[in-house]
Amino acid sequence: MSEFRFWFAGQRGTLLALAIFLLMFSIYVGNHPAIANGGFTVDTVGDVVQTAANKGVLLALVAMAQTFVVLTAGIDLSVGMVFILGNCLASYIVAGSMPMAILGVVGVVAVGAVCGAINGLIVIFGRLQPIVVTIATGAVFFGIALWMRPFPGTAADFNSDLADALTGKLFNIVPASLVLLAVLVLVIWIPWRRSEIGRATYAAGSSEVAAYMSGMPIRRAKFLAYVLAGVFAAMGGVFLTFFTYSGEASASNGGTYTLFSIAAVVLGGVSLFGGRGSAVGAIFGALAFRAIGDLLFVFNLDPLWQPLFQGVVLLIAVSVGSARLFQVRNRLELFN
Amino acid sequence: MTDSVSTAPLTTRSWRDRLNMPVVTAFGCIVVLLLLGSLYSPNFLSPEYLLQQLKVGSFLGIIATGMMLVILLGQIDLSVPWTLTLGAMMGCAAVSYGPAGQALAIPFGILCGLGIGLVNGFAVAYLRIPSMIITLAVNAVAQGLMVAYTGGFAPQDSASPAMKFLAAQSTFGIPNAVLVWIVVGALAVFVLSRTTFGRSVYGIGNREAAAYLSGVPTQRVVMIAFSLCGGLAALGGVLLAGYGGKAAQAMGDAYLLPAIAAVVLGGTSILGGRGSYVGTIAGVILITLLQSILSVMQMAEFGRQIIYGAIIVAMLLLYGRDKGMR
Repeated sequence: MSEFRFWFAGQRGTLLALAIFLLMFSIYVGNHPAIANGGFTVDTVGDVVQTAANKGVLLALVAMAQTFVVLTAGIDLSVGMVFILGNCLASYIVAGSMPMAILGVVGVVAVGAVCGAINGLIVIFGRLQPIVVTIATGAVFFGIALWMRPFPGTAADFNSDLADALTGKLFNIVPASLVLLAVLVLVIWIPWRRSEIGRATYAAGSSEVAAYMSGMPIRRAKFLAYVLAGVFAAMGGVFLTFFTYSGEASASNGGTYTLFSIAAVVLGGVSLFGGRGSAVGAIFGALAFRAIGDLLFVFNLDPLWQPLFQGVVLLIAVSVGSARLFQVRNRLELFN
Repeated sequence: MTDSVSTAPLTTRSWRDRLNMPVVTAFGCIVVLLLLGSLYSPNFLSPEYLLQQLKVGSFLGIIATGMMLVILLGQIDLSVPWTLTLGAMMGCAAVSYGPAGQALAIPFGILCGLGIGLVNGFAVAYLRIPSMIITLAVNAVAQGLMVAYTGGFAPQDSASPAMKFLAAQSTFGIPNAVLVWIVVGALAVFVLSRTTFGRSVYGIGNREAAAYLSGVPTQRVVMIAFSLCGGLAALGGVLLAGYGGKAAQAMGDAYLLPAIAAVVLGGTSILGGRGSYVGTIAGVILITLLQSILSVMQMAEFGRQIIYGAIIVAMLLLYGRDKGMR
C-alpha cells in the first residue's frame, strides 16, 4: 500500500495533466460540430481524434524536447527554432522514393542532434546560463532556416506518401501519429529514464553540486539531455512538414512553439526548478493545452478572442500548477 | 571611530576588481565594432551617424533599464513585448478622447504598463510563481487583450504630438529620445546606488532569504521592481509609437531578446545580484551598433540573424562564464 502511495506522489503531476486532458478532450469531442451533425460513429469520432492527435503530437514532441532540458534545471528557448529548422530542412530532403525519404528524416533528426549538441557544449563547457545561450543559438538556428526557406515552399518530389502514412490512421481507427508517439516513449524515453545517465540527469537537476560530489556523470548526462532535446524538436519539425507539406521559416511560429512547450511542460507537472517530472506528463500537458485552445473553435466563438482565451487559460493553469503558497510551513520557506 | 577609518577598504583590491572587467570588455567591443565599421565606410565615425545610433538605441536603453532591475533580482520578465505594445496602443487610444486625452496619452500608456508589471510582480512576489512562466502567461494575456481590442488589425489611432515630439525631434541638436534615456538612466543609477530600494534589489538578487531576515520587505521590493519594468517597457512603447507615428501589432517582438542580451552583455549576472548600470549602457550601445552595422552592410536577414546570435555567444564566452564547480 505504501509503495502505491510513493508511486502516486511521484506521478501526481502526470496524473493531473491526464485528468485535465481527459476532461477538456471529452468536452471538445462532445461539442464538435462534425460529431454533432454526423452522429457518434466510429468514422466521425475517428476523424476528429485524428486531426486533434496530429496537432497535439506536434506540440507533444516539442514539449518532450523541452522536458529533457528542464529536468536538468535549465531551459531551452531554442526548441521552437530547431523545430522550424527541422521543418525547413525536411521540406527539402524528405523527398524522392520511400528509402530516400526515410533517409531524409534521419538526416533532419541528425541535424537536430547537432543543434542540441551545440547548445549543450556551450552551456556545459562555456559555463553560461542556458536561458541566454539558447536565446542566442536560437537566432542562429532561425537564420539557417531562413537561409533555406526565404519563402514558404516544398521540394518538387516531396514524398507525400510517407507524410500521409504518418498523419493518417492505422487500420482506419488508430491515428498513426499517436502510435509514433507511443513508440518514441517506449524506445527512447523509458530506456533513458531507467539508465544510469537518465538518473544522473535527474540528480543534476535536483542538486548539481550533490550529484557532482557523488561522482555522477553530470556532464555527459546534461550533454545527452540537450542532444535529445534537439532530436525531439527536429522530429517535431519533420512532423510539421508531414502535416503542412511545406517548409516555412516563420519566427513567430518558432516563438509560439517555444512558449507553448514551456506551458505544456508546466501543465504536465515537470518542475522548472529541475529534477522532477516526466516526458509522459509533458505529452499529456501538450495534448491538454491543445484541447483547451481548440475549445473555442467547437463553441463557435469569434476567433479574435482565441489569443485572449488561450492566454487566460494558460495563466490559470500555470498559477494553479506552480503556486507553492499552500505548501509552505513558515514564511522563511518561501524563499528557498 | 572616525569616518576615515570606517570607509577605508579592508584589503587593497587589485586593479582588475576595480575596473569591472565585463564593462571594460563591453566598451572594448564597442570600439572594435566602430573601427570595423569605419573600415567599411568612413561615415561610421561621423557625429551625425553616432547620434542617430544613440537615438535608435535609446528606446532599447529605456526598455533594458526595466529589464535590468528585474534581472538584478534574479528574475526575468518575458512579458516585455506585449507590455510595450499595450502601452503604445493604450497611449494612442487615449489620443482619440479629445484634448484631455492627448495631454494624458503618455501617462496613461505608462500607467497601463505599470499595471501589467504590477500583476507580474504580485504573482512572483506573493504567489511565488516562477517569473519565467507567469510573465510568459501575462504576455499571452496582454496579446489576447490587444488582439481583441484592435480587432486583429493595426489600430487607426495615431500618436499624439507630444509623443512625436519626445521620440522623433531634437532639442539643441540632441534627439529628445536620448534626453529621455539620460533622465531614465540617471534616475536608475540614483535608485540603484543611493536608495534603500536599490540596495534591497541587489540584496534580494544575492539571496532573498538573507535579505528577508535582514528586515528587507522583499516581497514589496520585488513587486515594485516588476511594475517599474512594466512601466519602462510601456514608456519605450509610447516613444516607439511616437517614432513610427502609430502603434502596431508585434512592434514589441523585436525588443525582448535585445533587451536581455544588452543587460547580460553589460556584465549583469542573469542569476541576479551583480551588475552596474554603466554596463547596461555599454550593452545597449553594443547591440544597437551591431544591428546597425549588419544592416548597413546590406546583409540578408538570415545572415544578420546568424551573425547576431554567434557574436552574442562569443562575447558571453569572453566574460560571462560562471565559476567552475569544485
